[in-house]
Amino acid sequence: MDSELILKGVYFSYDDQWCLEGIDFELKKGEIVGMIGPNGSGKSTLLKIMDGLLKIQKGEVLLLNKPISSYTRGDVARQIAMVPQESTFRFPFSVFEVVLMGRFPHSGRFPFEGKEDLEIAQQSMRLTGTLDLERRSIHELSGGEKQRVLIARALTQRAQIILLDEPTSFLDIRHKVEIFELISSLTQTQGLSVIIVSHEISLAAQYCHRMLLLNKGSVYKTGEPSEVITADTISTVYQCPVLVDKNPISKTPRVTVLSRRGEGEKEMV
Amino acid sequence: MRGSEDQTRLPRRARRPGRERCGQGVTPLKVVYTGLILSGILVIIALISLSLGPAKISLKDVLTWVTGYRSVDQTAWMILFKIRLPRILLAGLVGFTLSIGGVVFQALLRNPLAEPFILGVSSGAAVGAIIGIVFGLGFNLGVPLLSFMGALLTILLVMGISSRHGGLESSTLLLTGVIVNAFFTAVIMFFITTTSDSRLHSMLFWLYGDLSQSRYVQLSISLPIILIVSGILYAFSRHLNLIVGGEESALQMGVEVELVKWISFLGISLMTGMVISFSGIIGFVGLIVPHLMRMFLGPDHRLLIPASALGGAVFLIAADTLARIILSPSELPVGVITAFLGAPFFIYLLKRRGSQWTQS
Repeated sequence: MDSELILKGVYFSYDDQWCLEGIDFELKKGEIVGMIGPNGSGKSTLLKIMDGLLKIQKGEVLLLNKPISSYTRGDVARQIAMVPQESTFRFPFSVFEVVLMGRFPHSGRFPFEGKEDLEIAQQSMRLTGTLDLERRSIHELSGGEKQRVLIARALTQRAQIILLDEPTSFLDIRHKVEIFELISSLTQTQGLSVIIVSHEISLAAQYCHRMLLLNKGSVYKTGEPSEVITADTISTVYQCPVLVDKNPISKTPRVTVLSRRGEGEKEMV
Repeated sequence: MRGSEDQTRLPRRARRPGRERCGQGVTPLKVVYTGLILSGILVIIALISLSLGPAKISLKDVLTWVTGYRSVDQTAWMILFKIRLPRILLAGLVGFTLSIGGVVFQALLRNPLAEPFILGVSSGAAVGAIIGIVFGLGFNLGVPLLSFMGALLTILLVMGISSRHGGLESSTLLLTGVIVNAFFTAVIMFFITTTSDSRLHSMLFWLYGDLSQSRYVQLSISLPIILIVSGILYAFSRHLNLIVGGEESALQMGVEVELVKWISFLGISLMTGMVISFSGIIGFVGLIVPHLMRMFLGPDHRLLIPASALGGAVFLIAADTLARIILSPSELPVGVITAFLGAPFFIYLLKRRGSQWTQS
């Protein structure tokens, strides 16, 4: 399989302390990688480095075997699309207009979209089930709808790699599942490679091919979900007692957080 | 009801009573149509304005004069060509410029309350001009030059203070603008209170916006500059659309955000500094016109920039005509009219949409 994105010994700091230390990572074509780890472990920073938004101090980031620093912003945008955790549009753009903005990196000097751009936007909206929201203002949408629109915009960008930064954090369980289902089906049908940052460990384990567990700026463990998500690793990294068993249906690891009260009761039994 | 879950995180007032009008896609044809309609309105307003004033000149006479069909008598010609026309042209140019400045600042700072005044550009220009008046410089070259320099130095100062690691941060920028504004207001008040002779009157009148000092020389120098800068800003209209959705996401989609910001800020300070040196401080144009246009035409800058520019010209010509005739034969500064109209309108908007605007 081809590697789309490779990180080799990446070090990064905002000031004088290393925020990321010696990250090695490879994103292969067509895979979904779930990035997990406690708050402040460097997940969002790593995502920005993968997108070339932050300059690293040491190491290499290779996009299609070339250093990402050698690309212009437009070049990167044609290869990588990012779905933010949340997006606040201060002015009432319609859903269609927002999705169409994804065509920006493909546009020339003429500042208007052509027929092809409109078709691509329509197609992205069909794939994400946002076609019927087309004429609505972005301000009127629910959290789940908005997230789907942002994914549609990323698809309109026609990038092969999609990075998602906690896309499900403000959603209820139904909408969380919907987003994961959507990403999973898009990866299969469109041949995309996806990195998704999430705090939904059990849910991510059902959809991701591989997991990347970050702890204090370095990779604690990476591999298949069942290798990475064990009671030992999760409780150590998150510093919280957990029980990990198998989801009876999907057979993927399932994390149950143990409350202090729960422990007490167990002792009593 | 749809979307009960989605709005729980918004404050109550942000929930819209009805459907919000949003943009429905912009095509070149739509831009051309809108431009033509607004240009038509602009011409009509200008013609009506030409016919109004203390001296009675009928609209019919104005029309025959403008079309070159028949000449008017010497006095009427003097009034139309030497007094009213340059003033109308200046009003149009100032409205045009301030509105574009407002639209672009609002997009770059992602804040609908921004306009040239808020970043201190207007008061910087005012300080420059007043220093010029104090030192007895001429209104043709000295005062405008100092005013333009004041505007440029202010924007450089504000950008210098608020740039960190080579980046401009919007909230810091706004705050810096507010502080700079407060400081310059103090400077202006100092000069006003320490001046007692005839210069005081010209300072004060100038402070509230005075379009009566218009000269064809000024117009012909500033027009090409304003058109060039506006063209550059228009070329950034798609970039601005993306920046409205967040700087980082714009950067991610391939917009060179910092470059767009620096060029836009410099361009706007150049053209606003210039028009302010001719007209004095005229508030609210850069806030109200873009806002109205956004309400009717949607937020896409490819349509919003030209529409605001023409709408700003229409608005200021109308306001200045009112300023000329309302207390005829004496005149009001045009800034008084725009503030009278603008402040209540703005408070109304703030009440209705305030919470939505102040979310980060």
